[in-house]
Amino acid sequence: MRIAVLSGKGGTGKTFVSVNLSCAAEQSVYVDCDVEEPNGHLFLKPEITTKAPVTVIVPEVDMDKCIRCRKCVDFCKYNALALVKDKMLVFYEVCHSCGGCALLCPVKAITEKERAIGTIEEGESGNVRVLTGCLNTGEVSGVPIIKGLIDKLPKDGDIVIDCPPGSACIVMESIREADYCILVAEPTLFGVHNLSMVYDLIRLFDKPFGVVLNKCLPEENPAEQFCVEHQIKILAKIPYDEELGRLNSKGHIVAREDERYRELFERLLEALRKEAIS
Amino acid sequence: MKVALPVESKSLKAPVCPSFGRTPLYVLIDTDGGTHEFLENAAAASQGGAGIKAAQELVDCGVAALITYRCGENAAQVLNAAGIKMYKAQDGSVNDNIAAFKDGKLSLLIEIHPGFHNHGGGKK
Repeated sequence: MRIAVLSGKGGTGKTFVSVNLSCAAEQSVYVDCDVEEPNGHLFLKPEITTKAPVTVIVPEVDMDKCIRCRKCVDFCKYNALALVKDKMLVFYEVCHSCGGCALLCPVKAITEKERAIGTIEEGESGNVRVLTGCLNTGEVSGVPIIKGLIDKLPKDGDIVIDCPPGSACIVMESIREADYCILVAEPTLFGVHNLSMVYDLIRLFDKPFGVVLNKCLPEENPAEQFCVEHQIKILAKIPYDEELGRLNSKGHIVAREDERYRELFERLLEALRKEAIS
Repeated sequence: MKVALPVESKSLKAPVCPSFGRTPLYVLIDTDGGTHEFLENAAAASQGGAGIKAAQELVDCGVAALITYRCGENAAQVLNAAGIKMYKAQDGSVNDNIAAFKDGKLSLLIEIHPGFHNHGGGKK
């Protein structure tokens, strides 16, 4: 089962839920798709087995062959090319690697070359295989790295996909192959606003989903109210617990160290299996 | 010499537009002949790279100088490659800026920002 864990905003506990859920499974794969700042490895501390670059294709223009017809410049929807005074300027970070310019060039003056934008690391942490995507500083889009991560997923077994925050392209790419989505929400009005954004996204993708309410206090929980109003399944409630916060801040995995939390995440996994079947 | 300014509407009394790449219009002024024309900014609706496309348009129009509040780094690269000089706009109308330019009172734009990429940039 492929479980994607997401939330509208950062800091709700996506990585906390993802890491602990993967540790509660007998055997699992944890995938860190939060490529702008992957942090699951801080908890899982995997022994790295491989590290490989992720590349994208970008155009290279041979000005000796170029006839200045500007077909490529006019075609590019993202304006990655500019022709100035007999010089072609190529803006790599704007290029979306569609390959259209090279296809259109009537004199084949454009070839494609690979450019590294980040890395994918693979490693082991006990019962968990860890895949971490990392986007190089200054790069604009992590989508190619997430595609690379999703391509590496095994067909079967328990897989937990730790998504980036928000509801943009990189989140869509992360949940595309998921069988089930967990939305993690915290009990604040800001949290509810962002929860409603991912709720809209998930429904567009028509994925089965449920909510984990994190940092629950005895007071009224606006995120819980949102779930009740929209008839969203609440999968688990994790209490606001200072001891949990302390362990987490030191990079400990509570499901590996605390019996109560181990049981909580085992129950969550059990609930997910039932939900995914029904 | 042909000077370009991003402008909000088709008037020389209109203020200079705070956005370079996504301004609705440019006014192109021939400082020798005293004539001017307005140019729709086709890049305004671009999904991305608006500054690059807008700069390309100005290069193609044979502009020699640009008066603007600011300019992103990609657009600046295109303008620099074409040898177009960039001057910092002052508060006031197009006419005010042209007068200041002719008097040599405008300073060169040296602050180039890393781009807004569809996030803000509406204020001066």
